[in-house]
Amino acid sequence: MSDVEASLKQHDTLPKLLLRNARERGGRTAFREKDFGIWQSWTWAEVADEIRAFACGLADLGVRRGDKVAIIGANRPQLYWSFDAIESLGGIAVPLYADSVAEEMQYVLDHAEVKFAICEDQEQVDKVVSVKDRVTALESVVYKDLRGMRHYTDPFLHSLEDVQKRGRAYDKENPGFFEAEVAQAKGSDIAIIAYTSGTTGNPKGVMLTANNLIESAQLAVDMEHLTEKEETLAYLPLAWVGDHFFSVAQQHVTGYAVNCPESSDTVMTDLRDIGPTSFIAPPAIFENFLTQIQIRMADASWIKRKLFDYFIGVADRCGIDVLEGRSVPVVDRLYYALGNFMVYGPLKNNLGLSRMRLAYTGGAPLGDEVFKFYRSIGVNLKQLYGQTESSAYVCMQRDGDVKVDTVGPPCPGVEVRITDDGEVLYKSPGTFVGYFKNAEATEETLDKEGWVHTGDAGFFDDGGHLKIIDRAKDVGQLQDGTLFAPQYIENKLKFFSYIKEAVAHGDGRDQVSCFISIDLEAVGNWAERQGISYTNYADISSRDEVFDLIKDCIEQVNQTLAKDSALSGSQIRRFLLLHKELDADDGELTRTRKVRRRIIADRYKPLIDALYSDADRAAIETQVTFEDGRTGVMKADLAIRSAKTFAPAAGAAAPVSEAA
Amino acid sequence: MTEQRVIGETLLSVENISLSFGAVKALTDVSLSIRKGEIFAIIGPNGAGKTSLLNVLNGVYHPQQGQITFKGETRKQMKAHESASQGIARTFQNVALFRGMTTLDNIMTGRNLKMRSGLVAQAIWWGPAKKEEAEHREAVEKVIDFLEIEAIRKTPVGRLPYGLQKRVELGRALAAEPELLLLDEPMAGMNLEEKEDMCRFILDTNDEFGTTICLIEHDMGVVMDLSDNVAVLDYGRKIAEGTPDEVRSNQAVIDAYLGVSH
Repeated sequence: MSDVEASLKQHDTLPKLLLRNARERGGRTAFREKDFGIWQSWTWAEVADEIRAFACGLADLGVRRGDKVAIIGANRPQLYWSFDAIESLGGIAVPLYADSVAEEMQYVLDHAEVKFAICEDQEQVDKVVSVKDRVTALESVVYKDLRGMRHYTDPFLHSLEDVQKRGRAYDKENPGFFEAEVAQAKGSDIAIIAYTSGTTGNPKGVMLTANNLIESAQLAVDMEHLTEKEETLAYLPLAWVGDHFFSVAQQHVTGYAVNCPESSDTVMTDLRDIGPTSFIAPPAIFENFLTQIQIRMADASWIKRKLFDYFIGVADRCGIDVLEGRSVPVVDRLYYALGNFMVYGPLKNNLGLSRMRLAYTGGAPLGDEVFKFYRSIGVNLKQLYGQTESSAYVCMQRDGDVKVDTVGPPCPGVEVRITDDGEVLYKSPGTFVGYFKNAEATEETLDKEGWVHTGDAGFFDDGGHLKIIDRAKDVGQLQDGTLFAPQYIENKLKFFSYIKEAVAHGDGRDQVSCFISIDLEAVGNWAERQGISYTNYADISSRDEVFDLIKDCIEQVNQTLAKDSALSGSQIRRFLLLHKELDADDGELTRTRKVRRRIIADRYKPLIDALYSDADRAAIETQVTFEDGRTGVMKADLAIRSAKTFAPAAGAAAPVSEAA
Repeated sequence: MTEQRVIGETLLSVENISLSFGAVKALTDVSLSIRKGEIFAIIGPNGAGKTSLLNVLNGVYHPQQGQITFKGETRKQMKAHESASQGIARTFQNVALFRGMTTLDNIMTGRNLKMRSGLVAQAIWWGPAKKEEAEHREAVEKVIDFLEIEAIRKTPVGRLPYGLQKRVELGRALAAEPELLLLDEPMAGMNLEEKEDMCRFILDTNDEFGTTICLIEHDMGVVMDLSDNVAVLDYGRKIAEGTPDEVRSNQAVIDAYLGVSH
């Protein structure tokens, strides 16, 4: 038994940390979930008890060391407990994106040799059952939500309740079993296989050890001084390594509370309920918040609008200096304090950002203006850079040393190097073991000296901050040799609230052109105020007024591009507005909303050809996948427009007007 | 899954109902019976008397002839209050919600008949009234969870899109925990996705709570997929009744819908 005790003291796996937390802070809240309109909470002691029953139940079902267990669903406490339950038996958790369609799931379930699946509800069970025949290893499916499951009689389906009941009985019959199992695990064991959505080809299974996750989490916790008092909101897909890092690894290390929203539609309300102290969101969410603010301010009474504009102006002037503790003239400080009372405070309170000490974003660069906006109103928004392959941990901006266009210096314990052709390499405690059953890809990415090749192009600025410009393979050249960084241009475009997605073309071409997919909410609201009627997405995208609106955005981007000598040649000459939103269900975006260039180039080839001809219209037929999984064909005839470009000198001299 | 549902004895039947407004005959000699646990559809061209029949069932209209048997008790006519207190709830062809009130409050009104404490006790929120409200709120939250409308809990219904308003209306009917749910064109004016959602909620209601459902619907696809039995009205008369398949191949029905060449 002493071996067991010694091992449990090591705290090198999630279940060991769980037991420590139950012992040391058993009465503190570990999880909250809004259910039937009320926040229900579980303490660490309760969570440990639930997980113990869950784990023993899984053992009774037949989960053995090394078995892969899939976790499919939204952010539910019980699904988070699955990680502990699986790992305490020496199993390997394979979290899946809940919005994947059955075929995508089949690939991962089959590739990962999943033997058991833990599903949130009927929807996920249906998907798994529909592909079960083609997933040879799959034995049993556990589901959490009873609703709609009454008539499912298949013997391989088990409710979580039943599994836990069996677990409690099993635990009684086999005292000490749970501790012994937990003690057997080491930090070097594979804890999870996280499948990356991948912009090309099939997803790859990134194998991460408990050490990878826990050591990285510990370093980040020390750096950011996180304590058990933090409150976080877990609303990002739990299959994403970033969520695993924040809602599982860091939570276990510090013992803080993770709050699960009522449903994906209520995140905004739940955010306001909870007022988290630490928050991570992809750039799209912060952009979305800002769009919402802009829309609501546009509809507000003139006095509110004037107040807002005035104090946002003040914040723009001195807000960031106030946040970073630099010296600010007394008058500005007073104005800022007044602004905080009148505008920023209520605004933050309304969004649920009042208590926020740390706000992170990553995954894709954030528009400069969006970034500045949040920091200027006192939200400590920082960018970080990580990959699934690094357990989400590579670079992070430090408090008080934040630059808008970098991702910060390497984190403690991480080494970063730039190759001669500009690719970013790193070595980190979170570096993955390899891709599951894909030695070839592992060899390509993880070299013999332990450097991970990120595939991102970037460089260090003078202050030692890493600056990522694009995917290395996407950075191209125009025919005349001008640098073409599509993502850089697209991100500039996407800063405009009217533009939801943009896809720039230009590699190997004589000029840059782009597809724009408008933001229906923002443009629709604008159209309403202009008195322009429309019926649907395709219709509004074909309106001349909307073309002019977008053209104006593009010309503003061209103006900023013109100021940068290296990029001034890559101004956008021609563009069109897509008749549908780019959609992950159609394979055009990854589940994390990154553009899949190759698929788009292929699918919209007639449009790209038309952009590079003299034509002023282009016809296209596209396959679309509806929400229920059926497919249909969408036809459209789209107009192509030109945008003004600016001479490098003129661009630099011209005043650049930008939306607030 | 539907095969496993238990469809039992007759819950409600009408015999030889005739209803007229002055000289206009809305219903003539209509008889039908709805069995416990089934989904029963009433279809027919415009003006066939479908809504009138529904109004007879829950006592809004009183027929001149015929009798109604509900839960074994036969009477000449239903009274509106009686039908509600005995477990009949309905939704309307045009959304009939309190537009200025939130989703939550609207659904709460569905609990009205189940509230026991008096107006004063409720107003000062005292003693048993407090406990009672919590119980009702819990019931309402279950409906909200069931219909997946958590995100609009506190939104005034007037601001909601039509499809969601219909769902709130269904929620209010469900809050009354009815034995028989009358739905008057629950899918009218909805887009495909909203229709599919509504279909699922109707099926789930029937499945989860065993609620008997009688619905009027124009969308034939919906009717054929959803219902166990269908009655067809034309010019106030019942021209056919049976399973969807039987009704589909019935010549009188085809004539009524497509017109007869003379």
